[in-house]
Parts: sequence; structure tokens; C-alpha cells
Amino acid sequence: MAHEETVYDALANAHDDAGHWAFGTGFDDPLAGVDTTVPDGVTPADLGEYCLMLGDDALVLCQRLTQWATNAPELEEEVALANLALDLLGQARLLLARAGSVGALGRSREQATASIPDEDALAYFRDADEFRHVALVEAPNGDFAQTVVRLLVAAAWRLALFTRLRDSRDPVLAAIAAKGVAELTYARDHAARWLVRLGDGTAESQRRARAGVDAVWPLLAELFTATDVERRLTETGVAVDPGELRGEVRDVLTQVLERATLPVPAWPDDAPPRGRTGDHGPELAPLLAELQGLAREHPAATW
Amino acid sequence: MPDLTAEGGHGAVPTSADVPTEPKAATTRRDWPLYEVFVRGKRGLNHVHVGSLHAPDDEMAVHAARDLYTRRNEGVSIWVVKAVDITASSPDEKDPMFAPSGDKVYRHPTFYEIPEDVPHM
Repeated sequence: MAHEETVYDALANAHDDAGHWAFGTGFDDPLAGVDTTVPDGVTPADLGEYCLMLGDDALVLCQRLTQWATNAPELEEEVALANLALDLLGQARLLLARAGSVGALGRSREQATASIPDEDALAYFRDADEFRHVALVEAPNGDFAQTVVRLLVAAAWRLALFTRLRDSRDPVLAAIAAKGVAELTYARDHAARWLVRLGDGTAESQRRARAGVDAVWPLLAELFTATDVERRLTETGVAVDPGELRGEVRDVLTQVLERATLPVPAWPDDAPPRGRTGDHGPELAPLLAELQGLAREHPAATW
Repeated sequence: MPDLTAEGGHGAVPTSADVPTEPKAATTRRDWPLYEVFVRGKRGLNHVHVGSLHAPDDEMAVHAARDLYTRRNEGVSIWVVKAVDITASSPDEKDPMFAPSGDKVYRHPTFYEIPEDVPHM
């Protein structure tokens, strides 16, 4: 039959026999078929470190969003948050795989079984001080309003970065960024819509939205200061100087907060990078215990 | 030891005043309206009803539909409509509505020879 009865038939026929449902194809090597040669003049260690920074941002925020599963205010929103988390997990996987491909494995390989791929070794067998994410993504969820504010800030910042990173001299980073732009645009849009509804909603939702903004705003301070690694990689055309993102992020956040009838707090002064150097808060340990517990208990488990 | 009573074969049921008799709602909230979701699989197909969801308003309903019903690349277009806005035929009217078309074979295009090179038939 040429004319499909349902969307599901259409889907089944759209991909011939390859690629069905949940996990897609090519699950074994995320960088399969991609040229992973390091561009001229770029130090592999720097590139690896940078991929860890961007990968860990996504991995840790993914874990925070996942914590809403079974806890979200509505089933529909639970699925939405889980979808956003999965998008970030996909970005983390590619970025950590890229870090592994240039040898940025830290101490993870000492603990991980040899059969575990690099990106899994990095996610599950690094300790807290080896993670390179910013404090913004690590902070506890708070209530739903605070989660929405954090998601908005993180998505706006990361989208500004990925939009520019599409022109990176590293073809792998450029491809990862190009793929991520659509995902982050959706995440930013979703968070913005919610914040407008919460801020311009009931007295209680506005109170919570304001409290969320106040809780998240200080975490902006760290987002726009470059580490030495980022500075060197920006000179070679691989990375983006985070200071370049400030204007766009500020415009977007101001616009959304104004639409949401929320006061825009004073912009915090830039602070030196902490999370990027492995200096994290006490909240990271329980988060990692949850993320890594199963893999460490049953290394190389399959199902 | 709270007062107990055996009721309807379900065993001992505590009945003292401090035992809640029904779950308390955590907050008072109005339920979100129900939306019906229609997804078009690809260009040229019709929108097909795929299910329903609750959402606070129309825009968020489209977002929720995207997340609930197009996660596996099923769609290129989504329609949502509030379930209360749908007027449906009544099951009681099944006979007057649909039975009269049953014996009118001439309404079906089955009396034509179809050339072999005509697709989609």
C-alpha cells in the first residue's frame, strides 16, 4: 500500500529497514565516519579540555533535568523536561567522545573497564574535581520556577555559544554545534514561554518566578570569563571567547523578563572561572553519586 | 489502637477521627483543559488524530504535543484543538447517520478498469 494509514506507518516506511524507534543507528561509535584529525596549530590537550567543559555543562544539566522525572507538576511537562535532558545527553556524548578521541581522559581510564567507550568512562569514572562544568548547571533545581529560570539562562548562553561555534576550525566541534543549535533554540523557547506564563500569571507564580531569578542571577558571573584554554583556542579559531556572548545573552534575558513582567536584577560582575577549573560546590557529590552509582557498581553491564 | 471496623470484605478499616478518609490535594489548582492532537506525518498526508493531552493554553499544547507525539520523527505539522470545541456525532444516531450509505454500491468507484500505470490506487 502506497498511502500510509497512520503517522506510525509513515515513520516505519520513511527509513526503509534502517533506524527504528528509540535508539537509532550507529550507537556504538558516535564519531563513526567523522574526520577526527586535530586542526593544525591546535594542542590536542587544549581541545580535549574544551570538549570536557562543554560536554560536562550538558551532562550535569541533563542530570538536573532528569531529577524532575516522576516529580514534575504535570505529566506533559515531565516528558518535555526529559526530552530536553535527552538532547543535552546527546550533546554530552558527542563532546565527551571528542575529548576521548584526543586523549583527554584524565584518571577515568584507571577505573573504567577497557570495554567501556571513552565517553562513558569520562561520564561515569571521573571524580568531582575532574569535572569542568560551570556552577550554573550544577545548582540544585529548586522549585519549578527556578528550574525554568536556570534552563532559560543555560539555554540562551549555550545557544549563543553554539551559534558561533558552528564556524569552529575543528570540524567535529563545528558539526556538534550545528546539530545542537536547533535543540537549544527549542530549549530556550520552552523555558521562555514558561517564564512568561509564571511571571505574568498568579501572585504566587510571580513570587516564585522572582525568587527563581534572584537565585539564578549570581551564577551569571562565571559564564563570560575565559580560561587560559579557551583563550588559546579562541586565538586558533577553535573556541569562542565567552566574553563575546555577554551582549546577546543579556539582550535575550532582558527581553524575556520584561515580557514576563519580572524586574531585571543588576547584572553581576564577571568572576574568575571556578567550575571550569574543577572547583565545585558540595551539591556535586550527591549528583555524581546518582549519575555514576550504577556504572561503578556494575562496570561494563549490558542489557 | 485506633477504632476498627470490618467493611465490605476488605478487612479492618481504621475509623478514628485522625484517619484521613480521602487523599488531600497538595494544592488547589484548576485542571488544565484537554486538547486533542493531530499530526501530519509528511507532506501530502492528512493530519491524523494521535491522542490527547492537558496543557495550560493553546501554545503550550503545541509544545506538549511536540514532546509527546513527535519524539520519533513522526511529524511535520501539528494541530491541537480543545476537546470541548469538537462537535461529534452521537453513537445513538449511528443508524440514521451511517446505515443509508451501506447499500449504495454505485458510490464506490469499483466499476472502472484501472490502467496499470496509475499509482496510489
